[in-house]
Amino acid sequence: MTSRLDTPTTTAQPSARRRLPVPWLGIGLVLLLVSILLAIVIGPASVAGPAPITPFDVLGSAWHHLSTWLAERGLPVTASENPLSLVRDGIIWQGRAPRALAAVLVGAGLALCGVVLQAATRNPLADPYLLGISSGAALGAVAVLILGIAVPLPIAAFVGAVLALLATLALAGIGGRLTANRAVLAGVAVGQAAAAGVSFIIFSTAQGDSYRDILGWLMGTFGAASWSSVLIALVALVVLGGILLGFSRTLDAFAFGDTAATALGVDVPRTRWLLLILSALLTGAMVSVSGAIGFVGLTVPHVVRLLLGPERSGNAALARTSAAVGGIFLLWADTVARTVFTPLEVPVGVLTALLGAPVFALLLLRSRRRGES
Amino acid sequence: MSQTLTAVDLTVDGLGYRVDGIDLLQGASLHLRAGTVTGLLGPNGSGKSTMLRLVVGALPASAGTIAVTEDGTSIDLASMRRRERARRMALVEQDTHAEVPLLVRDVVALGRIPHERRFASAVEGEAIVADAIERAGVSALADRSFDTLSGGERQRVQLARALAQQPRVLLLDEPTNHLDLAAQLDMVRLLREVADTGVAVLVALHDLAQAAQTCDEVVVLRSGEVAAVGDPHEVLSPALLAQVWRVRGEWVTGTHGRALVVSPL
Repeated sequence: MTSRLDTPTTTAQPSARRRLPVPWLGIGLVLLLVSILLAIVIGPASVAGPAPITPFDVLGSAWHHLSTWLAERGLPVTASENPLSLVRDGIIWQGRAPRALAAVLVGAGLALCGVVLQAATRNPLADPYLLGISSGAALGAVAVLILGIAVPLPIAAFVGAVLALLATLALAGIGGRLTANRAVLAGVAVGQAAAAGVSFIIFSTAQGDSYRDILGWLMGTFGAASWSSVLIALVALVVLGGILLGFSRTLDAFAFGDTAATALGVDVPRTRWLLLILSALLTGAMVSVSGAIGFVGLTVPHVVRLLLGPERSGNAALARTSAAVGGIFLLWADTVARTVFTPLEVPVGVLTALLGAPVFALLLLRSRRRGES
Repeated sequence: MSQTLTAVDLTVDGLGYRVDGIDLLQGASLHLRAGTVTGLLGPNGSGKSTMLRLVVGALPASAGTIAVTEDGTSIDLASMRRRERARRMALVEQDTHAEVPLLVRDVVALGRIPHERRFASAVEGEAIVADAIERAGVSALADRSFDTLSGGERQRVQLARALAQQPRVLLLDEPTNHLDLAAQLDMVRLLREVADTGVAVLVALHDLAQAAQTCDEVVVLRSGEVAAVGDPHEVLSPALLAQVWRVRGEWVTGTHGRALVVSPL
C-alpha cells in the first residue's frame, strides 16, 4: 500500500490492529446475566427473615419452576424442591425479577433511542425526550391519575407520548422540509406546553398521596413493574429497536450533513421522519412502563462513544453497545434506588440525574480539552 | 477497477432553482462528457454551489431536467431512485466543519452506502475503500480520527469517500480551497486521473488560471445564468472577465503555462 503523497512508512501495515477478536457479545451477555441475578438477590433481608437470599437460591427456585412446568407437560423431568419460602418466592418472581428485567429493557431502549436521535438530528444533546415525548406521557399519566379517567395508566402515558410526537412533527413540518433543527425546536415547544399542562393539573387538583404517584411518573420509577411491563418493553425493544438497528448505516450517512447524506443515496426528509417516529414510539412504550427516566438516553451514548473510541464509532457498534450499557446501568441504578434509602424508595430518575449530570459535565470538560468547540 | 464501468454523460437542460421569489439559478444548461474535466466558474453567489446541489439531488429543481446518458440511453434523474443516482454520482462539498469522531477509513467507507444491501450493518467492499484511500493519497491518515484532521486533509478524505462511491459523474465544490500550492496541483492532477478512468468531472473553481490549465471545458455562471461555455482559453477573455468578475484581466504566458494578472477595472 503506497500513496502518491507524503506517506510515511509507518502506515504500511494495514488494518490489522482493528477489530481485535475480543468476544464482546459473550462478555456483555455474562455481565448482563450476572447483574440481573445479583440485582434480584440484593434487597432488605428483613422482609422475609434474617437469612439473606443467595444467587443459588434464585437459580434453584428458577429450576424448581421450570422443572415443575416441564414435568406437568409430561416431559421426563423430576420436579425439584423450591429452596425459597412462599413469601420469598413471591418477592423474587412477582417483584424483583420483573422489575430487574423491565429496568434492563427500558435502559436499553432509551440508550438506543439516544444514539438514533443524536445521529438523525446531528445534535449531541438529543435524547429520547427530545420531541416532547416525556412531557406528553406525563400529561397523559397525570390526567388519568388526578382527573380519574378510566384508562389504564401505561396506555394513557403511551397515548400522551404519541400525541406529543404528532404535535411536534406537525409543528416541525409546517411550511417546509423537516430539518433537524426544526424538529428539535418544535419538540422543545411541545414539551414546554405539555409540562405547563402537567403543572396546571397538579396545581389545580392534586391532593395528598397523588403527589407521590405523580412524582414517580415525572422522575421515573420501576416500583409498579410487573411481568406485563416486561412484555411491553420486550416487544417494543425487539420490534422497534430491531428496525432502528437496521438503519445504522443510514445513520452513518447523516454524519456529514443532509447534502452529503443525499449524495450517498439517502432520502433525508423521509428517513428522518421515519427514524423520529420509530424512536418516539419506542420511547413512548418505555415511558408507559417506567415514567420518564432522564439522562440515560442522553449520557449513555456519549460514554459509550468514549469507551469505543473512533475505532468503532459507527452507529451499528454504538447502538448495540449503548443498549447493553444502558440496560445494565439502569438495572444498577434501580437497585440502588430501591435499597439504599430503605424503607424509602427514591424514584430511579432522581438517581440517573444525580449520576448523569456530573458524568455529562466530565464529558464536556474532556471535549473542551480536545479543542473542540 | 473503475475502467470497466460504463461511461456516463450528464446533460443539464434549462435548470432553475427559485426560492422565496428569487431565482438562484435560471435556464442553466450544460453537458458533461465522460472522461473530461469541466470547470464551473463564476463569482461568489453566481450559483455554482446551487448548481452542484441541484445536480446531486440535494435541492429540488423548480425547472429543467437533469439526465444521464449511458450506453446510448438517456435516463431522467428525477425518475431514478436516490440510491441508483448515488451509485452514478458523488459530491465533494466545499467545507466540512463536521466534528465526526470516525476513523478516516470509516469515513471513506461511507461511500459504499449506496452500493450496500439495505439494512446492512457493516461495510461492504473493503477493497474498493482501500483503493479509494490510496488513490486520494490519504493512506497515511487512514487510522486517524477525522475530527483531528486539517482542512486540506479533510478535503482529500472527502474526495476519497466520493471515489469509494465509484461514481461515473464526480462533482466537486472548490476542492482546492484549503490546500497549499503543491497540494492544489496534486488535487487537479488527481481530478485529471479520475477523468482518465472515464468519469465525467464537474468542478467548481475560483482560480481561473488553474481552471484554464486543468479543464477541457468551462461553464461560466453569472447571477444564476450561464454566461459562457467552451474552451477555457477562448472563453476566459478579458472582455468576459470584465463583464462577469468586474476585473481587468490579462493572460501572461510563462515557460510553464499561462498566468492571469488581475487588476481593478
